[in-house]
Amino acid sequence: MKRGFPILAIVTAVLLSFALYEALIGAPTERSMGDVQRIFYYHVPSAWTAFLLFFVNFGASIAYLVKRRPAADIVALTSAEVGVVFLTVNLVTGPIWARPVWGIWWTWDWRLTSTLVMWLIYVSYLLLRRFSSGGQAPLLAAALGVLGALCVPFVYFSIWFFRTQHPSPVIGGGGSLDPRMAHVLLINWAAFLCLAWLVCWTRYQLEVAKRQVEEAQSLESLLEGSR
Amino acid sequence: MTYLYAAYIATWVIHGTYLAILVRKYSKIRREMESLKK
Repeated sequence: MKRGFPILAIVTAVLLSFALYEALIGAPTERSMGDVQRIFYYHVPSAWTAFLLFFVNFGASIAYLVKRRPAADIVALTSAEVGVVFLTVNLVTGPIWARPVWGIWWTWDWRLTSTLVMWLIYVSYLLLRRFSSGGQAPLLAAALGVLGALCVPFVYFSIWFFRTQHPSPVIGGGGSLDPRMAHVLLINWAAFLCLAWLVCWTRYQLEVAKRQVEEAQSLESLLEGSR
Repeated sequence: MTYLYAAYIATWVIHGTYLAILVRKYSKIRREMESLKK
């Protein structure tokens, strides 16, 4: 992966630039909303990427609960952290789109509220990891990760099962999307997935290095204590 | 158009801030590694 990293970084940069061009210029303008609809090309792929990362967190948390491997714990931490970043983008771009279209920044409907609750769960997960120094912290975090993942299908399907102000699903669920818009949406998602992979890999390496340093530091202090 | 640009700028500010945090973490770990080598 170390050799492939610069190549993936270049591919990601090119893909992100192309996706940005397609979103702002290439995609057709929506008739009723106008240009503000283009926020959708960042808003939706951010949510999909976050959902995917939370599923990775779920898998890694289960793996950690079963086998107690540190690598699974690091994958869980990494995916949750990067997932929160993408979900933050989703939660910030949503109200910026809602203000000119709905006339309000926020409404407490099922989709918006459940997304906010899910964000809060994963932020709590990260706070637990950050401020809990006990040996049980990874175990507790893994349990929280499993519970948090239960929110993902609820958030996703909330617009199918409840009457909400949020627009209906654009893919599946009876929603119709112009094929050119769907194409731009998928390009942006591919670009975001590449970015997420790059960032997760970097974060994973950082966490491995951090744990090695902490281990070496505790060993050093033990040696100094025995002298 | 203001809202559109605001959303895109906010997106990159969030990603940029997170990347800056990672860079800071990286330099901190590097410094600690150097001090361990001494």
